[in-house]
Amino acid sequence: MIDLSDCRTTPLTALHERLGAKIVPFAGYAMPLNYPPGILKEHLHCRARAGLFDVSHMGQISVVSPDGPKAALAALERVMPVDLAGLAEGRQRYGLLTDPAGGIRDDLMAAHLPDRVLLVVNAANKSRDFAHVATALPKLRVKMLEDRALIALQGPEAERVLAGLAPEAAAMRFMDVRVLDLGGTEAIVSRSGYTGEDGYEISVPADAAEALAERLLADEAVEPVGLGARDTLRLEAGLCLHGNDIGPDTTPVEAGLTWAIQKVRRSGGAREGGFPGARRILAELAEGTRRLRVGLLPEGRAPVRGHTPLYAAETGGAKIGEVTSGGFGPSLGRPVAMGYVPAELAEPGTTLWAEVRGKRLPITTAATPFVPNTYKR
Amino acid sequence: MIRYTEEHEWLRLDGDIVTVGITAHAAEQLGDIVFVELPDPGDTVSKGDDLVTIESVKAASEITAPLDGEIVEANQAIVDEPGKVNEDPAGEGWFFRMKIADASALDGYMDEAAYNAMIG
Repeated sequence: MIDLSDCRTTPLTALHERLGAKIVPFAGYAMPLNYPPGILKEHLHCRARAGLFDVSHMGQISVVSPDGPKAALAALERVMPVDLAGLAEGRQRYGLLTDPAGGIRDDLMAAHLPDRVLLVVNAANKSRDFAHVATALPKLRVKMLEDRALIALQGPEAERVLAGLAPEAAAMRFMDVRVLDLGGTEAIVSRSGYTGEDGYEISVPADAAEALAERLLADEAVEPVGLGARDTLRLEAGLCLHGNDIGPDTTPVEAGLTWAIQKVRRSGGAREGGFPGARRILAELAEGTRRLRVGLLPEGRAPVRGHTPLYAAETGGAKIGEVTSGGFGPSLGRPVAMGYVPAELAEPGTTLWAEVRGKRLPITTAATPFVPNTYKR
Repeated sequence: MIRYTEEHEWLRLDGDIVTVGITAHAAEQLGDIVFVELPDPGDTVSKGDDLVTIESVKAASEITAPLDGEIVEANQAIVDEPGKVNEDPAGEGWFFRMKIADASALDGYMDEAAYNAMIG
């Protein structure tokens, strides 16, 4: 038996148990891997209708400056290669915390709220991120919000369902953030997610989370979705998982995340550099890198999983790269993967070889997302 | 006669042919099966050899040969539609058939009551 006694719970743990979830340890939390329908059906349901995810294990970090949220955003540019000073109130942006070597400490969402900045960071990194931001920016009031839950509602019917509780939700665009009244609960709602689908992430006080989740689940379109399908959904959407696809050993340029580094922070921009690892990252933006993260489509049916070595030829030769995430893509009915390859082999359509159980199987580089996203821009 | 292994295989003996599959309990634990690789008919196998690769949405696992013998048939239907293993693990979702020389080799395996006691 898996020992969950040392794991933290979320405000929705009791609900997961009532719903018959298979609970597993993840980043120190007891989390639902899947519910009775299983990963495949949960995945397909999310793409067809709407899925409800408990992501309360993620870190919600409030950053406040005595001079207002704009000052907090400006200060946060010292830890991220991102245009935060240009982030309008009511908007959210994908960001990266970089380290002095140009590696990626974490990836996150930064939201410009009326009175503060809200960072949503990965569960496994949240204590380190909190300490890092608080230490690097001592003039800001940085606080881990331990008393809030985070619920994601994702899929084509998410808008209809959430608008049933707060009509303003329908008018939001991708990456908008609003403070909404959801049936008497003040919620911080962003139109974003980690599935490639349109949808929302909803931050609510812990004591209101279960009632809200049950209210959303009461809609016949909404089914609970566990971490298993969360992973297959994000993989099909080509989204990185920190710790697998990005981390201290990869730079944003290698990871193909240059879109997250706006021009104003690049060489020649008005606020060029000034973030950890700027020297390397700016040089890589100008000159390129030796390896790149790419999408990978295995031929045949065998899933090709993380850490599988890649080769340029069917026989012989040294390892040229590695798969970082891979598995079965339920919406595509075929295996999908991503990983790092030498830049000269990154062109979509290049055939490489993945060594699975001692056999080299053909695998072709491909553009991501594998499944087109449906964000409401 | 049906016997069960600690690896959650079921073995059904008909004459000198043993049909092998995985139990409903194993299929449920594995979750949605999306890939199966089976041995080829004609392969001679020894007890303990890695014989079958099963990939679920979650993870890969291996099934070893429960007995010494020769593979006489592999179930192509589950290679084409791996989901059949989840749907009907004790029936249409069988894996392979092997010819064995010595039926007493099954004696060491559990009967249904013992298997059910093991999985609790």
